[in-house]
Amino acid sequence: MLRFVLIICFLLVGTTARAEIDIKQVTSPGGIDAWVVEENAIPFVAMEIRFRGGAALDLPGKRGATNLMMALLEEGAADLTAQEFQAERERLAASFSFRAFDDTLSISARFLTENKEEALELLRKAIIEPTFDQDAIDRVRAQILSGIASDEKDPNRIASAAFNAAAFEDHPYGSSLDGTVESVNALTRDDLVIAHQNALTRDRLYVSVVGDTTSETIGAILDALLGELPAVGVPDPSYVPFGLSGGITVIDFETPQSVALFGHRGIKRDDDDFFAAFIINQVLGAGGFESRLMTEVREKRGLTYGISTFLVPKFHSEMVIGSVASSNETIAEAIDVIRAEWSRMAETGMTADELETAKKYLTGEYPLRFDGNAEIAKIMVGMQMVGLPPDYVVNRNDYVEAVTLDDIKRVAAELLHPDELHFVVVGQPVGLESTE
Amino acid sequence: MKHVLAALALIFVPLSLQAEEVTTYMLDNGMEVVVIEDNRAPVVVHMVWYKAGSADESEGVSGVAHFLEHLLFKATETLEAGEFSATVAANGGSDNAFTSYDYTAYFQRVAADRLELMMQMESDRMNNIRLTEEDILTERQVILEERNQRTENEPNALAREQFAAALYQNHRYGVPIIGWKHEMEELDMDDVMAFYDLYYSPNNAVLVVAGDVVPEDVLALAEKYYGVIPAEAQLPPRERPEEPPHRAERRLTYVDPRVSQPYLIRNYLAPERDAGAQQEAAALVYLAELLGGSPFTSALGQALQFETDTAIWTSASYRGSSLDETVFSFAVVPSEGVSLSEAEAAMDEVIANWLADEIDPERLESIRTQLRASEVYAKDDTQGLARRYGAALTQGLTVEDVQAWPDILQSVTAEDIKAVAEKVFDRRRSVTGWVVSSQEEAN
Repeated sequence: MLRFVLIICFLLVGTTARAEIDIKQVTSPGGIDAWVVEENAIPFVAMEIRFRGGAALDLPGKRGATNLMMALLEEGAADLTAQEFQAERERLAASFSFRAFDDTLSISARFLTENKEEALELLRKAIIEPTFDQDAIDRVRAQILSGIASDEKDPNRIASAAFNAAAFEDHPYGSSLDGTVESVNALTRDDLVIAHQNALTRDRLYVSVVGDTTSETIGAILDALLGELPAVGVPDPSYVPFGLSGGITVIDFETPQSVALFGHRGIKRDDDDFFAAFIINQVLGAGGFESRLMTEVREKRGLTYGISTFLVPKFHSEMVIGSVASSNETIAEAIDVIRAEWSRMAETGMTADELETAKKYLTGEYPLRFDGNAEIAKIMVGMQMVGLPPDYVVNRNDYVEAVTLDDIKRVAAELLHPDELHFVVVGQPVGLESTE
Repeated sequence: MKHVLAALALIFVPLSLQAEEVTTYMLDNGMEVVVIEDNRAPVVVHMVWYKAGSADESEGVSGVAHFLEHLLFKATETLEAGEFSATVAANGGSDNAFTSYDYTAYFQRVAADRLELMMQMESDRMNNIRLTEEDILTERQVILEERNQRTENEPNALAREQFAAALYQNHRYGVPIIGWKHEMEELDMDDVMAFYDLYYSPNNAVLVVAGDVVPEDVLALAEKYYGVIPAEAQLPPRERPEEPPHRAERRLTYVDPRVSQPYLIRNYLAPERDAGAQQEAAALVYLAELLGGSPFTSALGQALQFETDTAIWTSASYRGSSLDETVFSFAVVPSEGVSLSEAEAAMDEVIANWLADEIDPERLESIRTQLRASEVYAKDDTQGLARRYGAALTQGLTVEDVQAWPDILQSVTAEDIKAVAEKVFDRRRSVTGWVVSSQEEAN
């Protein structure tokens, strides 16, 4: 067992606050790795389990299988029907959540110290022995179909569906992980069994545990919980370049406020310049009230309630995107301002003051995230997923501090391309038309 | 380097209902202070809650409480517009605010040693904002865009507004927090300042500080910054128009082509948690769980989603935190091929059968255990605890009420639940709403 005692420090105008977090790296006898933090102040345990791969592992023609499979894990397992399973979970007052994302499957569990053996055995049944009963399949399928129908009338969902389809086409990223009405209706029990075998495998597994437990006992717990999973699954999908070029797509939808999703190609998470890009995004549009876009579009002009931008480094592609909503009469002006700010950052970077302010916020805010068992468990599993070592929590602020104004200027020019920005606008925008 | 290592100051007995460590003070000017200690991380949440929300507004200026909340981020005598949030961010913190029917609250989450700076700035804007006409015009556009985003673009939100307006015949809970659009468009400086001058005062505010702090230190800072602000002598008693006896059930159909899935709701007026009298509210928490808490184990879920294919979703919900009379709600989303009238009849039949039957003791104990456990899980979320106290103290409850609540929940009996159900399920005090994409769907 490796053990790192990490002291997270942060310096602010002459004083220091520090939080201590003691991350233990554990490998179970069966070979399952986990990061563990022992924290016995409150008698419960938070456990986060991830499988790298996610809904992008859907087989051709089976879009929606992984998502439906995950939704069914809590709908009957081993000797228990869906209702018996849930009644047992409620009796134990444990909470389990099973979710599918493009690149990841996530299982979050929270259970009491007093009945943790029973809770873990119930969780094991869900993960290892889901029954995929036909009546459960049909019931959950109807819920998913209802969600798909809703998305077709939701301006934000319409925008993201059109944007992703144009950017990624036939790659799984090009369509919703829910699947289509046709693909979901066609899914059989066999498809779900295969999705389970393909996506929930030990070679894709990451685990973190925080709470009222000891690292010595975790190995046996993990082997019992996850040891029966298949060793390997299907290969990852291939890399897909962002395929949408600059322009505007207007999708007519009768509603008073237009919503716009915009973006272009991005930067990989393991790029040497990622932290510079991270700060650029913060100052441009991710920094809430302090961002340039919030200042220009909301505070100065009153054109929106909110605007934000995101770096999206997915496992098989990467993009920079943003979203804004503004009345049909004013969305065109909002888009002009966004383009102008994109150009300003690309051409001139930021001021020394802006860089300093962003660094102060980012380095000061980081340790505040570690303020609860559930939060710490999520952060730790997220780090493992992108290949970060435990001591990243100590060094992360140094990476932020190391970014120079020259880095910002150089990376901004490489990262931001006003001409490549594509806006998908859903609504009845005045003065905007689709480009060729 | 100074060592401020996280220490475990609190000893928790497993699964006891022992309350969190809370210390309360009252400043000489009438401001209440609540300190919640949690030393696991060097973080503090600083919140000021005003006992003034949208239901305290005068007629004709709906949305002014929320508009003012936005404008508190503009200039004061000592800070420029935007400088408040910029200063919080420069100190590694985050800040925001929210408005509800019964309160408006402002909060920051920062490193524990930044608490004094937060108090200095928050106390400044309690009395010293300096707004310009330009602020009013620009920010009014922002709140109108917020209404567009949250309500005008959301058919479900528009439907909820209609149902609330029909349920409350006299009380301001029938008016949306964000305001009616036509009144928001007319809000001006005088409206804003009248609300601010009257309600933003220490004797109408509650300070909640939660995290890695020492109560005595918090008190000293509170006295220094908030204690010097004079009390508002004109603060009116908090008396709101009461509901008259409801004599006729109301039925509404909201038609909007943007609705993808027809559904129905039934809202009943229901008693809220009151100081020293929370038993009925506690029984209503169980009632909601038993009837529609979980699709798998509740009466509605079992009957409509499992035993028959009547609905793809069912729920019953109740929120006891409210200054005045609150709402007990049902919702049913029918399965394909099931009409809304069939779904509604099925729902009413389930409720009627449930009232006639005994309550399953096993289900009751399961809910009791879950409520007990939720107190354990709640301790992991310091900001959530802070919100719990802030909301309670601005909604007519005391710290004692908050701390008694878990035990009151544990003491609820099957008889209590049946009694409160008989009382609340009075169709004359209800609104039934159908939400459809076309008139044909309502036939």
